[in-house]
Amino acid sequence: MTKEKLMAIPNVTTPSSPVVFNPDICDGCNTCVEVCQIDVFMPNPEKGKPPIVLHPDECWYGGCCVNECPRPGAIEFKWALQHRGYWKNKATGEIHQI
Amino acid sequence: MSTWHDYLKKKGHPPDWPYPVRFEQEQEVAADVLVIGGGIAGCWAAISAARQGLKVALVEKGDTVRSGAGGPGCDHWCNAPANPLSNVDPDEWAEHMADRPYCNGIGIQIQCRENYDCLLELEQMGGKVRDTGDDYVGAEGRDDKTRLMISPRYTRVHSYVPGMVKPATLKSNPENKLNNVVIRVWGTTFKPALKRECKRLGVRIFDRVMATSLLTEKGEQGTRVVGATGVNNRTGEFMIFKSKATILATAGAGSIWLISTELGGYSNMMSRTITGDGTVMAWKAGAELTTMEATGVLRIATGLKHKWYTGAGDASYENVPLVDANGKRLPLPIQGWEDAGAMVPTMDVEQKIREGIAKGEYTLPFYGDFPAMPDVERRATWNLMLGEESTTKIIINTFNKAGYDGSRDLLQSYKYIEGNSLPQWGEAGYGGGLLVDWNLKTTLEGLYAAGTQMFSPEDHSYAAATGRYAGRKAAAYAREIGGSRISREQVNREKARVYAPIKRSDGMEWKELHAGIARAMQYYCSEFKTENLLNMGLGTLQKIEKESVPLLFALDPHKLMRSLEDISLLNYAQIIIHASLARKASSMPLNFRRIDYPAMDPPEWRKYITIKQENGKVKTGELPMAFWGHMKEQYEAHNKDYTGFYKGK
Repeated sequence: MTKEKLMAIPNVTTPSSPVVFNPDICDGCNTCVEVCQIDVFMPNPEKGKPPIVLHPDECWYGGCCVNECPRPGAIEFKWALQHRGYWKNKATGEIHQI
Repeated sequence: MSTWHDYLKKKGHPPDWPYPVRFEQEQEVAADVLVIGGGIAGCWAAISAARQGLKVALVEKGDTVRSGAGGPGCDHWCNAPANPLSNVDPDEWAEHMADRPYCNGIGIQIQCRENYDCLLELEQMGGKVRDTGDDYVGAEGRDDKTRLMISPRYTRVHSYVPGMVKPATLKSNPENKLNNVVIRVWGTTFKPALKRECKRLGVRIFDRVMATSLLTEKGEQGTRVVGATGVNNRTGEFMIFKSKATILATAGAGSIWLISTELGGYSNMMSRTITGDGTVMAWKAGAELTTMEATGVLRIATGLKHKWYTGAGDASYENVPLVDANGKRLPLPIQGWEDAGAMVPTMDVEQKIREGIAKGEYTLPFYGDFPAMPDVERRATWNLMLGEESTTKIIINTFNKAGYDGSRDLLQSYKYIEGNSLPQWGEAGYGGGLLVDWNLKTTLEGLYAAGTQMFSPEDHSYAAATGRYAGRKAAAYAREIGGSRISREQVNREKARVYAPIKRSDGMEWKELHAGIARAMQYYCSEFKTENLLNMGLGTLQKIEKESVPLLFALDPHKLMRSLEDISLLNYAQIIIHASLARKASSMPLNFRRIDYPAMDPPEWRKYITIKQENGKVKTGELPMAFWGHMKEQYEAHNKDYTGFYKGK
């Protein structure tokens, strides 16, 4: 059992995280905050930390945050389950999904 | 820890609002030319006006570097018959492309005459328009001398839908050579280059500011436009812009008929920022609009964002053959060299495939057969076309990262298994807009429009060319005209309207209001239109305006922007219904069906319906088809001083 204090929080917006940050690579430069046309993110109050995904439900899946990131691997798309595309190996017929 | 609830759990409190809060505070900005909307058209307008040495201010709801429909990228530079590889005359091509009911012949003529100049200027600014790295040597359409890459689009079939533009042998191309009017481009490089150029030319850019209204002389409807108001969507600061000329370059309205409250930012192909703000502020100022009754079929995307084009080409896009689950080739068009441009199947083909699926002749799901393509063509489609197009770059990157390899793997198509867009889901995005003349001036003094802001807009290069043109014309006007006073009373009225939602902390939030508007449009202004249903729709929207809008609450400047966008959508929806009531006939090209007036495109109704407000009352009018006159002659008469490709600094 967790000893963490349990807070009363409303349902989390779905999908809750269209993008995920790798805190080991992200240096909190906030380029993604600036290039997002929707303003999905906010800068982290702690300097140098990854931004907070404040409005995940407004994401257009435009991808600029990932495309423009100066530190590869710091941010990546986590497509919601219903968004994950499929492909098939032509020779073996094996089906794959993102 | 990058989700909000993680932060809450760790810190024990939500994060503070990250920006200074300046609700009600004012900032005043004076400019010769004010551009509203920093997408493709807006950036080009600002650049073009700034080149004339004028003081230019650019207002953008997002950040200019990647905002607008073409912000993330662009895959084709369409209708560029002035390019050196073209086999057609630009004026003849323009006339041919404008031979469609309810199009905008003025914009098309400008596009065909000037968009190749735009492309060369883009290159000068740092945009990539040629295969300078020799990555696609041997690809069909690549010219080894200029390194330009011609796209198969419009080479023979001149529209997305076969039959929409009549096949014609052009006088300038009697031997029916490939037209070569569309260029493949590296569009992800464009928007940052445009923003850099704006800055270099001294354009004052106001990012994260939503323009909310136009200011008019004496604050009266129908008078000269002398500025605009806006609100910063991070700080809540109120902006007052004074200008001699104003160019509207915002977009159409993306999701009037549908909102997914879960995926509020992705209810259809358009981004949430596309909410008809510009059209509505022009309407309130008294400008005349047209083709507002036109609706498109909403391209379903909610939950389907793993592909590029919904319900149409997806995996088949440009040269990719579509096969069924057993590898059998399907008779679907591929918009490639073999069918030279067709993208959407004809009704006959559609029917044949549906019957084939039911009879077991074709097995679902279908696939894009990338492995069957020659390597260079596969790379050109995957890396260049899809890798440089708007939101598709991230899709192909995700596939690559997950291990997809086009030389080996078939890409699944969702056509048929995803279903169809429901008939009650319309789309207004590419229909109505501001009426303009050959100066791209609206019916209001001092107000110009470009790109999707105008009626019947087209694509990316259309936005670029018309933006650049509007900037030139607005600058010429601003140079001649004196300044004008803004009305303080009008500013105060607008301030009260803008800040109303932040004065409440409960009532109705923006998503619910949007969903209510969408439902009203689905019920009353959709597949079955009648006088009675349309009037019921108008009544419902008016009731929402009277009873629900005063309940809107916004907890911060961002949600205030979303709330104000809803009010734009609500007004936009009402304009659509007014225009729909005015057209008492059905029309195929407008996708407009009146049950009480079923005759399809009767000769007496082959005309544009115009609509505006005069002293707060809705007034409709009409214009004949091709009201713009002889395209070449009119263009030349209005552009005697045009110097072509910009050679200045």
